[in-house]
Amino acid sequence: MKIHDVGIAGTLESSDIIIHIEKNEGKGIEIELKSTVENQFGNQIRKVIKETLQELGVTDAIVRANDKGALDCTIRARVLTAVNRSAHSNNLPWEVK
Amino acid sequence: MGRLRRTMLYVPGNHPGMIRDAHIYGSDSIMFDLEDSVSIKEKDAARHLVYQSLKTLDYGNTEIIVRVNGLNTPYGKDDFEAMVRAIPDAIRLPKTETPEDIEEADELITRIENQIGMERGTIKLMAAIESALGVINAYKIATASKRLIGIAIGAEDFVTDLKTTRSPEGIELLTARSQILFAARAAGIDAIDTVFSDVNDEEGFIREVRQIKQMGYDGKSIINPRQIDIVHKLFSPSEDEIRKSIRIIEAIKEAEEKGSGVISLDGKMIDKPIVERARRVLELADAVKVSYC
Repeated sequence: MKIHDVGIAGTLESSDIIIHIEKNEGKGIEIELKSTVENQFGNQIRKVIKETLQELGVTDAIVRANDKGALDCTIRARVLTAVNRSAHSNNLPWEVK
Repeated sequence: MGRLRRTMLYVPGNHPGMIRDAHIYGSDSIMFDLEDSVSIKEKDAARHLVYQSLKTLDYGNTEIIVRVNGLNTPYGKDDFEAMVRAIPDAIRLPKTETPEDIEEADELITRIENQIGMERGTIKLMAAIESALGVINAYKIATASKRLIGIAIGAEDFVTDLKTTRSPEGIELLTARSQILFAARAAGIDAIDTVFSDVNDEEGFIREVRQIKQMGYDGKSIINPRQIDIVHKLFSPSEDEIRKSIRIIEAIKEAEEKGSGVISLDGKMIDKPIVERARRVLELADAVKVSYC
């Protein structure tokens, strides 16, 4: 899937994460992460974001994530929503593994 | 006895923290909501979030229900497509007015179940009745699909449709509550009462729970975890009821051994309906783990 515009999903409430995604043509995936649990889970959060983008076929994107202690399933859901919004598509969840 | 549905806790579908913690309060059912508690702009986000959460989180034995948007909205079909695949116990259809609404939902679920190789009938249905037309059609709705496990009254929309408001006495809901209960009982499914919105009015809440229990309802939709214990307590049989029921069952056993059909206990005749009620009290006590030793 190709990133067209800026796509944003999520909130700053506890247990949520804001995912801000925009295009990064030909430059791969870059993730900027701010998290209340960065020391403990920073790598895991980056991994979930990256894996979800790969499953969606997104190869180039800048992702700015502000995490408030989200579970992996929440991170996946917010990435899916942000990408769909950015790509103006409506890929439903089961279309991603 | 079937599954207990004394409390059905509403959980807004776009709140990750509430979704994560929903089961810790001990309600019999959790109802993740994609409808009225989710703003139009966030329908896609809530659908993704509830789907991913249901695929990942383990809620143990708690019954999982998702309230989707109606099929007459732009979101309903996508909600069904996603939620059938998330495999909750049931999908609750809001604002049901005719048996055709249920038939349409049933057909859609069947198509998706077939598509993904899921056994037909896996996903159950609940219907929320929230208008005068829905109440008039209650029995037809309650018998429109074998998937139906219950019908519920949604009072806020219903009183708006009636051109009135909710009162502490609930007189405006009496006919609808009765009709929905009759329909559920005639169809052999559960009847679930509406939410009580003022979480600070505990006295009013208790009064309403007592009323709907006395009417025959199986349980109540709940919007705040604080309300759960109150409902569970009021829906549990009292020690007196349990003791009396044990004596009735013992007396009827003794009578059967002696070959006598009708018996009396404490000067009152004990017949079939009384025995049936006593059995139900003991089954309920067992289900809610009330001790009657």
